[in-house]
Amino acid sequence: MIWNEQFETMPTNELRKFQLQNLKELVLRVYNRVPFYKEQMDKKGIKPSDIKSLEDIQKLPFITKTDMRDVYPYGLLATDMSEIVEIHASSGTTGKPVVDAYTQKDIEIWSEVMARTLSMGDTTKSDIVHNAYGYGLFTGGFGVHYGARKIGATVIPISGGNTKRQLSVMKDFGSSVLTCTPSYSLYLAEAARELGLDFSKFPIKAGFFGAEPWSENMRKEIESKLHLKAIDIYGLTEIIGPGVAAECECQDMLHIFEDHFYPEIIDPVTGQQLEDGKEGELVFTTLTKEGTPVIRYRTRDITYLNREKCRCGRTSVRMHRIMGRTDDMLIVRGVNLFPSQVEQVLLKIDGVEPHYQILVDRKGALDSLEVRVEMNETLFSDEIRYIENKEKEIEHALKEELLVHSKVKLVEPKSIERSEGKAKRVIDVRNI
Amino acid sequence: MKVQQISIFLENKAGRLASVAKVLRDNKINIRALTVADTSDFGILRMIVNQPEKACEVLKTAGFMVKQNPVIAVQIEDREGLFYDLMSLCDKHNINIEYTYSFVEQTSNKAILFMRFEDTDAAIELFSKNGYKLLRNEEIRKI
Repeated sequence: MIWNEQFETMPTNELRKFQLQNLKELVLRVYNRVPFYKEQMDKKGIKPSDIKSLEDIQKLPFITKTDMRDVYPYGLLATDMSEIVEIHASSGTTGKPVVDAYTQKDIEIWSEVMARTLSMGDTTKSDIVHNAYGYGLFTGGFGVHYGARKIGATVIPISGGNTKRQLSVMKDFGSSVLTCTPSYSLYLAEAARELGLDFSKFPIKAGFFGAEPWSENMRKEIESKLHLKAIDIYGLTEIIGPGVAAECECQDMLHIFEDHFYPEIIDPVTGQQLEDGKEGELVFTTLTKEGTPVIRYRTRDITYLNREKCRCGRTSVRMHRIMGRTDDMLIVRGVNLFPSQVEQVLLKIDGVEPHYQILVDRKGALDSLEVRVEMNETLFSDEIRYIENKEKEIEHALKEELLVHSKVKLVEPKSIERSEGKAKRVIDVRNI
Repeated sequence: MKVQQISIFLENKAGRLASVAKVLRDNKINIRALTVADTSDFGILRMIVNQPEKACEVLKTAGFMVKQNPVIAVQIEDREGLFYDLMSLCDKHNINIEYTYSFVEQTSNKAILFMRFEDTDAAIELFSKNGYKLLRNEEIRKI
């Protein structure tokens, strides 16, 4: 279901005019109001009047997570503090958090893009949205909340944690839409199985999963275990939170809400814009945001863009699901690899579940790669030989895909930490 | 004629056996015999206990990977040469033994061998024909 026909199906030339107008206004606004942007633009010798077309966006400097941390907490504020009605922030696990400050209009934009997102899985005002994203400084909980409220659906603001309670609420309250991280949805499925609950008897019809990378195989697993349609959603605190892009009912790449968030794909090394269809780093400019607008934010997420019209009728550009990160990319013995590749391989092997962790170490001058996979009913046998053969089978499949040898170690069930938010997939203990 | 053995997957790291033992103690389960097969990364703890069903259930609840497998419990006199008799019988009839472990009953001067076969039924038939005493679950419980 299309939430906003006008913008979601807008003819491209009209959309471009709209984007350009907003880009010009944005650049002028931040140049005058945010010392950080003025300084950066002056350094490059760019004036707001130099932005005459959308292509001119390439003249503008990038902003990185490090830049944002340097101006923590309010350095990107483009309005008077009295206009700010809400603040969210990233977890700051790798440094100072990134702050997103919203004006009333920003909250309205957020509600709008999240209403579009939830409508993609046919959420209507009759639905009960079980929102297991965390409420707090994290953007997930409130983003879904605002979108569901905009639609007029019933929100259950259960937030993260307390899995048993999640399941009983889901069952008793008749939740029809689930929102959480993909790994948490599998955790819920596992817990339900242990408690003897049958997901096929729950009225859940759709799930909106994001905040961490996942794969097509993981989608299949989620859909079969939770009996729902699994929709991939994308967003980040630096831009607005969830609601930057989402899959429609076709589940064929994510529609970017480009009337608000202008995407580019760049070569992560040279910074040059790449043509459509080429894989590279995703960059966003917030065209309409007032509180903390960002210009050319380097997301470190790797994907490509597709401008072909989608079967659903929406005209917006689509991006492939996130294919990796420029920063969680591991280089092991000179070979580039992403945790998502390991996950793909594991899911293809019969009986293997995607509960894994990658340990990278360096012995002498040589990198070693260990993939820990949790033991389960199907893999376990009373015979050592059988287990060792399974380990070898997984090692072989990984070698085929990754082109680098890894040692597979089967570990005890649930011994790999399941964060109820993002799963920690890689432990790199190399001292380089 | 089969006896239930429980097998538990354990990573090779400190404290794992103790945590299994704690679960058994807390649930008042008594161990009759046990053996550990290990590799550099993991081990399989195989046990004969007085209440295999309950042991399985409580260990699973505690998060362990557990399976039950049938083994044969052969009771023989505790005398030199009798183990050889049993082994050569299996050998002569091409009955393949996966593994075996044993304990000695102090009161009755008997030894009990727990044996796992590729083909359990063939082994049962062979032993019965040759007059060996095979113990049942109830008999193990009473030891």
